[in-house]
Amino acid sequence: MSPLGPDDDPDRLYTVTGGRSRATGGAFDLVTLIVAECEPAPGMQSEHVRILELARRPTAVVELSAALRLPVSVVRILLTDLLDTGRITARHPRTPARAELPEPDLLKEVLDALHRL
Amino acid sequence: MHSTACDDAAEAAVDENVRAPLHQSADNGLKIVIVGGFGVGKTTMVRSVSEIRPLNTEETMTQAGVGVDDPAGVEGKSTTTVAFDFGRITINERTVLYLFGAPGQERFWFLWDRLFAGTLGAVVLVDTRRLHDSWYAIDRLEAHGMPFVVAHNDFGGERHTLEQIRDALDLSPGVPLVACDARDRESSKQVLISLVRHLYALTAQDATA
Repeated sequence: MSPLGPDDDPDRLYTVTGGRSRATGGAFDLVTLIVAECEPAPGMQSEHVRILELARRPTAVVELSAALRLPVSVVRILLTDLLDTGRITARHPRTPARAELPEPDLLKEVLDALHRL
Repeated sequence: MHSTACDDAAEAAVDENVRAPLHQSADNGLKIVIVGGFGVGKTTMVRSVSEIRPLNTEETMTQAGVGVDDPAGVEGKSTTTVAFDFGRITINERTVLYLFGAPGQERFWFLWDRLFAGTLGAVVLVDTRRLHDSWYAIDRLEAHGMPFVVAHNDFGGERHTLEQIRDALDLSPGVPLVACDARDRESSKQVLISLVRHLYALTAQDATA
């Protein structure tokens, strides 16, 4: 069996996204950290409820995807809904553009943390 | 709606999240990608160093069926699903490093920019029984200008010196090559350290250039 349930049920993907196949809002990176700005409200779509529960602490898009067992592309659409209605905020990675190296200070922090592992 | 098995697994993933939540002040996610052929030990390496049990998810992408090894043909479009594992290491209160175990096959590479843009660097995990599995990955990383190190996951068996492996991979002298045991936390940690040191050296070169 596939590790992701939705493989067996394309209808579910269609339903949770209201038939949309791509996110229209800001670009959510795999490691964009999502923070809930409100508690789930009655009548909300169950996937939105789950995201708001999970994101009480900052949670990466990819972790939400794994927890919801939905492909990242579907989670991005769900997040766009929540972002557009102010229910979440997104902390995007501060990594340099392509082909640029990260700041030495940041590398030093990573190196120190790895040594402490 | 969904099956019970699905819900149980999802709940388990949620529990995992609750046990190891990020700092409330976390605001910068970093990425390192571990790339290699099937069965080379990518997930094993992620597991060795991750603070959470490795999680699995997938990305589906649609693109015009050009240069894809299995284009659906008729419609000129194909949907490719890439499954990947990941784990994480908290760097400090603000920064968290995600490690992705990604497949190295050809059909995966057109997704690289969209999936792994902004990645600090890559570890190419190689197995001497299937060195040719890594040629393509190394070639693509060079083409993408993505800094990387090569780690030989030593399964025992026939011994190869790092020099032999470097020759077989036709690796440029500037690319670090290290031996490791992906099952071992300390050893996997040293691989990541060698990558970050390599990045550090590259920034120093940049500064003097």
